[in-house]
Amino acid sequence: MSSHDAPRLEPGQPVIEADHLSRKFGKLWAVRDVSMRVQRGSIYGVLGPNGAGKSTTIRMLCGILDPTSGKGRVVGYDIASESEKIKQNIGYMTQRFSLYEDMTVEENLKFYASVYGLSGRAKDQRIAETIENAGLLDRKKQLAGTLSGGWKQRVALASSTIHRPPLLFLDEPTAGVDPVSRRDFWDQIHRIAGEGTTVLVTTHYMDEAERCHELAFIFRGELLASGTPREIVDRRALSISLLEVEASKTHQAADLIKTIAGVEEVNHFGLVTRIASRNLDNPEQAIRSTLQGAGIELTTFTASKPNVEDAFVSMVREDVAFAAAKREQDRQASSRPPASQASAS
Amino acid sequence: MRRLLAIAWKELIQLRRDRMTFGMMVGIPLMQLLLFGFAINSDVRHMPTLVYDQDHSAESRDLVTRMVNTGFYDVTGYVQNYESITHSLRAGAAKIAIIIPPDMGKSLREGKGARAQLVVDGSDPQTVASATNTAISLAGARSIELTAARMQLLGMRPTSDSISIEPTTWYNPELKTAIFVVPGIVGVILTMTMIMFTSMAIVRERERGTLEQLIVSPVGRFELVIGKILPYIAIGYVQMSIILFAGRLVFHVPLRGNMVMLYALASVFIAACLALGLFFSTIAKTQQQAMQMSFFFLLPNILLSGFMFPFEGMPRFAQRLSEVLPLTHFLRIVRGITLKGATFADVRSELMSLAIILSVLVVLSSLRFSKKLG
Repeated sequence: MSSHDAPRLEPGQPVIEADHLSRKFGKLWAVRDVSMRVQRGSIYGVLGPNGAGKSTTIRMLCGILDPTSGKGRVVGYDIASESEKIKQNIGYMTQRFSLYEDMTVEENLKFYASVYGLSGRAKDQRIAETIENAGLLDRKKQLAGTLSGGWKQRVALASSTIHRPPLLFLDEPTAGVDPVSRRDFWDQIHRIAGEGTTVLVTTHYMDEAERCHELAFIFRGELLASGTPREIVDRRALSISLLEVEASKTHQAADLIKTIAGVEEVNHFGLVTRIASRNLDNPEQAIRSTLQGAGIELTTFTASKPNVEDAFVSMVREDVAFAAAKREQDRQASSRPPASQASAS
Repeated sequence: MRRLLAIAWKELIQLRRDRMTFGMMVGIPLMQLLLFGFAINSDVRHMPTLVYDQDHSAESRDLVTRMVNTGFYDVTGYVQNYESITHSLRAGAAKIAIIIPPDMGKSLREGKGARAQLVVDGSDPQTVASATNTAISLAGARSIELTAARMQLLGMRPTSDSISIEPTTWYNPELKTAIFVVPGIVGVILTMTMIMFTSMAIVRERERGTLEQLIVSPVGRFELVIGKILPYIAIGYVQMSIILFAGRLVFHVPLRGNMVMLYALASVFIAACLALGLFFSTIAKTQQQAMQMSFFFLLPNILLSGFMFPFEGMPRFAQRLSEVLPLTHFLRIVRGITLKGATFADVRSELMSLAIILSVLVVLSSLRFSKKLG
């Protein structure tokens, strides 16, 4: 039982290979047909709103939840039949900092070190290093329950990497943590990745997505897109325009701009109106001419670059619109022949 | 093995921090021992009794004195009419009333029979039997005395070749209830602690999300479960020792049999309780639910196992039901060994029953306790 099974990866083989993973709970598909490849040493972000299926995907990859269909290999082992071997090679940290609150920081670290099979001098040394690296020296005798959110999260990360796993899963590690702690945390993630650990992290914070090497967008259990942040944004071909008009006409202007074909989003940021458009050859010209027709003067206009959030919102809106159209189509199709069926749906 | 010990050690650290629970584990057995040991007493004595003496003769006073001397009846008042008796019995001020007819002394002196009436509050059936039996045997003994005296007076030699039964009570000759109850408390406390604390300890990890953390780790299902319950087995033995030791000190409960054997056999019972606790933990979603389930299970154990009420007095179906409870069998083992000095051969069939219950529970709970989610 104490024998350690090292990762079984060929050179160049992805650390995570998932093929058409699906999981059904009752009648609901939590995850449907998700495929991904995660290369060694990369920080792979899984992005999506709450309930999109991110945690379910991670649980399947860790081998603690069997997929309804599809298959996957993690650190070279099959997720369905070799989950115990996977467990020896991964670290796992959830959104709910899974520390024993009635034990001290050091006791928690010692416990997880033993759980991951460390012992003797190696264990003591590893714990001392971890405490040092995570800056926990002053707090090692403190009960975990009395730490602030940011510190708890640091300790949780330290305990889940105490055995230096080749692969680390972080499930919404920064949910509900203040912005400064979040930045510190991401610095730690990059440090860990720099040491050669592959990191798969889920988040719904878009600013965090930009700090990943690669991304996967999950929405309603389905993979909408994957690639580097730049690739995803570029592929979406969005244009962003920032403009200012006379303060009293801001809303009138926004309403007009929304009517332009290709404009997807119009948002206000203080006095600045931010417009996201797609498949529009020259947004500036289109906007200028529309506003001029209504007699509204543009005070400033700047073209800007779209970010990951823009791409994500755009994809989600399209997906929602598509689903709504499909539902409408189904409804009409089923309501036509026998009239009684319409109420049943 | 190292992982198993790490989990057991962690459990001990947590237990030490949780002063309340820790205190309860030692405090509960002591408190229950003293409480049950002193309070549970099926030996009915000192019943408040009313006397309605319509005769006021030497004979009637003699009867009342003899009744008081049994220690069963405490005369709390003399009344002059039936209404007062009705009131007192209904209000619970008295449980028993003795009514002596006006001509009792005279009839007895004339050698005719006399009838006294005994009214008993039957709302508690245990009182009725004791009250009437005591009075009837008292009257019987007195009648023989009177007959003998009368025969002597008439110049006849009283015969002495009547049937007599000489009762000999083994194992607990003074019929002290505490001696019967204390070994039983060992079983009740173990049932409670083992089931409640194990089920709560596991559900707590699930509630706090730490179970998921362990499930994703290389800890095996066996290591996880055994590691978690190991400290509780130790606690179970500590509790058992506390009760037996304090029971001997305070209530002079004898420990006649082989104590090493008792401790060895207790492990089967403890294991059965732990398996049940584990099973509850797989059903309960919160610690409260786990606690409720444990209490719900504990009550029939106390009532049906023979801890409080004699097994033989229960209807057939209730007896069958109680045979399923591990406590029923353990009570027979623990009482047998401590009070009667039973040998292994004496308790083997009870041990077999316990082993069967244990294996069923182990299969059930390991089927349900899975290291996978969902």
